Amino acid sequence: MNLTLYVWRQKGPDKPGRLEEYEAKGISPDMSFLEMLDVVNEGLIKKGEEPIAFDHDCREGICGTCSQVINGIPHGPQEKTTVCQLHMRHFRDGDAIYIEPFHAKAFPVIKDLIVDRSALDRVMQAGGFVSAHTGGAPDANAVLVPKSYANVAMDAAECIGCGACVAACPNGSAMLFTAAKVAHLANLPQGKVGAARRVCMMTDAMMNEGFGNCSNHYECQAVCPKGIRVQFIAKLNREFMKSQTTTRRD
Amino acid sequence: MYLLKNSVGRKIIMSVTGFTMLTFVIVHLVGNASIYDGPDGINTYAAALHHNSTFLLAVRLTLLGFCSLHVFFGTLLTLRNNAAKPQGYAVNKSLSATFASKNMIWTGLLVAVFIIYHLLHFTFQVTNPEISAFKHLDAKGRHDVFTMIVLSFRHLFIALAYVCGVGILGLHLSHGIQSSIQTVGLNSRKIFPFILKSGMILWIIIFLGFSSFPIAILTGIFK
Repeated sequence: MNLTLYVWRQKGPDKPGRLEEYEAKGISPDMSFLEMLDVVNEGLIKKGEEPIAFDHDCREGICGTCSQVINGIPHGPQEKTTVCQLHMRHFRDGDAIYIEPFHAKAFPVIKDLIVDRSALDRVMQAGGFVSAHTGGAPDANAVLVPKSYANVAMDAAECIGCGACVAACPNGSAMLFTAAKVAHLANLPQGKVGAARRVCMMTDAMMNEGFGNCSNHYECQAVCPKGIRVQFIAKLNREFMKSQTTTRRD
Repeated sequence: MYLLKNSVGRKIIMSVTGFTMLTFVIVHLVGNASIYDGPDGINTYAAALHHNSTFLLAVRLTLLGFCSLHVFFGTLLTLRNNAAKPQGYAVNKSLSATFASKNMIWTGLLVAVFIIYHLLHFTFQVTNPEISAFKHLDAKGRHDVFTMIVLSFRHLFIALAYVCGVGILGLHLSHGIQSSIQTVGLNSRKIFPFILKSGMILWIIIFLGFSSFPIAILTGIFK
């Protein structure tokens, strides 16, 4: 396969960025998207040019590091797939492919396709945990969790924090990410401790980090590589309303 | 007040104020449908409304307050959202966002302009004083609202303004109804398709209902 790439190049956080054209030649349809970029980078290095900087880690679709917008869609055109698991067979020979970093005020570009997504970590640090004195180790089944609740909690826990929801949202909102974390814990008995405080602290942190507000476009759900649903945002909204009627926000 | 500062709190205010105004719009449509009962129908309805002036004033002030909150927080949220996404992509693709969802601020402000015109036209009766119901009384000595409406909508420009106005309101509601339901947390995987459909059906009823009045008059059903 021969492809024409338009790749976002930006030397640093405060430098201007622009799309530059590259030819990707002799690409195998069995390569992953990141392997295709590896081939292009090898060519650039041989020519003595600066390779394209992009983030990657596990290349198994579970770390959520490969933050790229491909032809206007975070993680590319294949549903429920991260960039590293997107294969070149989903493109056609001769295609033009636009590759950009995630754009949002809360995700400043570090270099080329690499963005700083640590704002999501700070939202987690604000309340995405359970902090309670538990005493000695309890018996395995001392705290019973109904299967249906466990299923929903595990669905929410699938979120890998990649930030595609923020990249796709016209408002740059991290509501789907925050909702997945809130819903994950709110569906488990252990998460009831500090639930009121958690939803307030995390949504406040989201605002303070410069993310936008959710206005229910549902773009986040459409691009989420792990299929996190907007019903978790409804759950977060219910948790928030409950928190306003709770006097003790421990 | 914490609710006014938090992102979700502000959205809940948008949802509650929006739903209250939607309820008023539905009641308004049902009340106005009395025009199909002839001059006596709508004139009796109008007289009954004005009979309890304290109640009417309370409803008007509540709606004014809710409308102001809706406009204020809608503008605030939009400005913040625009600041959070200062840069778009070279290729723009929407997978589920709609024209209505992306233009809520503009359809909302146009609806506000339409409401101001509507109030000046039918409530304060200053835009077309020659057809004012304040000046014309029916056979029973009541304000002749029926004649005022019929004479108004015989003007093509006024009729078109109303059809466009309720059309834009419909566009606003096509996103607003389901968005409000989601915001107050009344959503689950099972009922989500129903919420999307019910919102769609409701805004079509509201649009067709309100635009039927000027269309019926323009086409000569009422004379």
